[in-house]
Amino acid sequence: MPLPRLIPCLDVAGGRVVKGVRFRQLRDVGDPVELGAAYSDAGADELVFLDISATLDRRGSAVKVAGAVAEHVSIPFTVGGGIRAVSDAAAVLEAGADKVSVNSAALARPQLIEELAGVLGSQAVVVAIDTEAGRVHSHSATRDADRDTVAWARECEARGAGELLVTSIDRDGTRNGYDLELLARLRDTVSLPVIASGGAGSAEHVAAALEVSQAALLASILHENPARLVALRDELRDLGVPLRDAA
Amino acid sequence: MKVSIAAYGAGNVRSVELALRRLGAETELVHEPEPLLAADLAVLPGVGSAATAMAGLRERGLDAALRERAAAGRPTLGICLGLQLALDETEEDGGVAGLGLVPGRAVRLREGRVPRIGWAEVEPGREAYWFAHSYTAETPAATATSEGLAAVVESGSFLGVQFHPEKSGAAGARFLERCLSRA
Repeated sequence: MPLPRLIPCLDVAGGRVVKGVRFRQLRDVGDPVELGAAYSDAGADELVFLDISATLDRRGSAVKVAGAVAEHVSIPFTVGGGIRAVSDAAAVLEAGADKVSVNSAALARPQLIEELAGVLGSQAVVVAIDTEAGRVHSHSATRDADRDTVAWARECEARGAGELLVTSIDRDGTRNGYDLELLARLRDTVSLPVIASGGAGSAEHVAAALEVSQAALLASILHENPARLVALRDELRDLGVPLRDAA
Repeated sequence: MKVSIAAYGAGNVRSVELALRRLGAETELVHEPEPLLAADLAVLPGVGSAATAMAGLRERGLDAALRERAAAGRPTLGICLGLQLALDETEEDGGVAGLGLVPGRAVRLREGRVPRIGWAEVEPGREAYWFAHSYTAETPAATATSEGLAAVVESGSFLGVQFHPEKSGAAGARFLERCLSRA
């Protein structure tokens, strides 16, 4: 297996990085390119940029972010938010992103996953699943999508998804630890890589998630501060997690 | 140093271009055989499906240009799917004939989580590079491996890498720099 991955997640709205706790109460914390490059220098294995703005031209803003990040960052990154069709995804990848992440659009029309995988390859298709109590939620976790989380994960795999980004809504921003039980069930259910998200409060939490998942998404634990990533990587190494040497 | 990057509708050419430019190379995206033949170094990037990619090369006459470069001993770097297309064939998409620049075939990964995505060490050297693939080269031409899988293949003037040096941070930049200095 490849090495466990640490993936800082930057929520972007109107071209700026914001961070929501429990998907609400946003505050502005900076430029996505600058912060992304700083995380890359601090040893991030990948980056995720989620465009959470509700503007009309979300595709345009996603392409702009992808293009600007690609200029300055030479590690892989994923862009999500506003991807509803293959043409949206292709534009983001052409701008320099490696993967796209889809969520509500795939729930509304699961065929989208097959279309994306068919044209871009599975390795470029991340399906983000927001989940609470075993059920999938959509639209920034504001609506119950009326699907069982494990069944949806299985369907995503069958339709050609390359990775699953699984966020436990009830843990998001709480720093009480990842939902290890769910992650273990997914490990046993699908053979795709799974990125764990939601609830990281300590290095021990992250290490535990990396035992059952291939990657951990990091958001509030980093405080939008790349120096925290350097410290976290050191702590994880002390806990025996075999992270890559990024030098 | 003039580097031509084959643009044939199957790949993240912009990342490759940006990575090479950061190293001071003069790059151009090419859609036709002539500039591909003339370059000091040709790069064959590639992500996505093998059948679509191979059709894209043929449509533009780039397949013949790449074979001609190989016959003339001019260096070409194939990245990810670009490596797999250089083989005799791939079992992807029900079986697709490759360029035949490197002996062997691409087969679907049968172990571990697929796609195989992430940073993995390459032996010899122990550097970690970024991989994102569902197929792997079975070839006698492998000169470096990652977890037992072909990571680097060399056949004549063709050099292929399963990983993405353009996305492999400092290690990837060092690798590309070596490619440029060899070309």
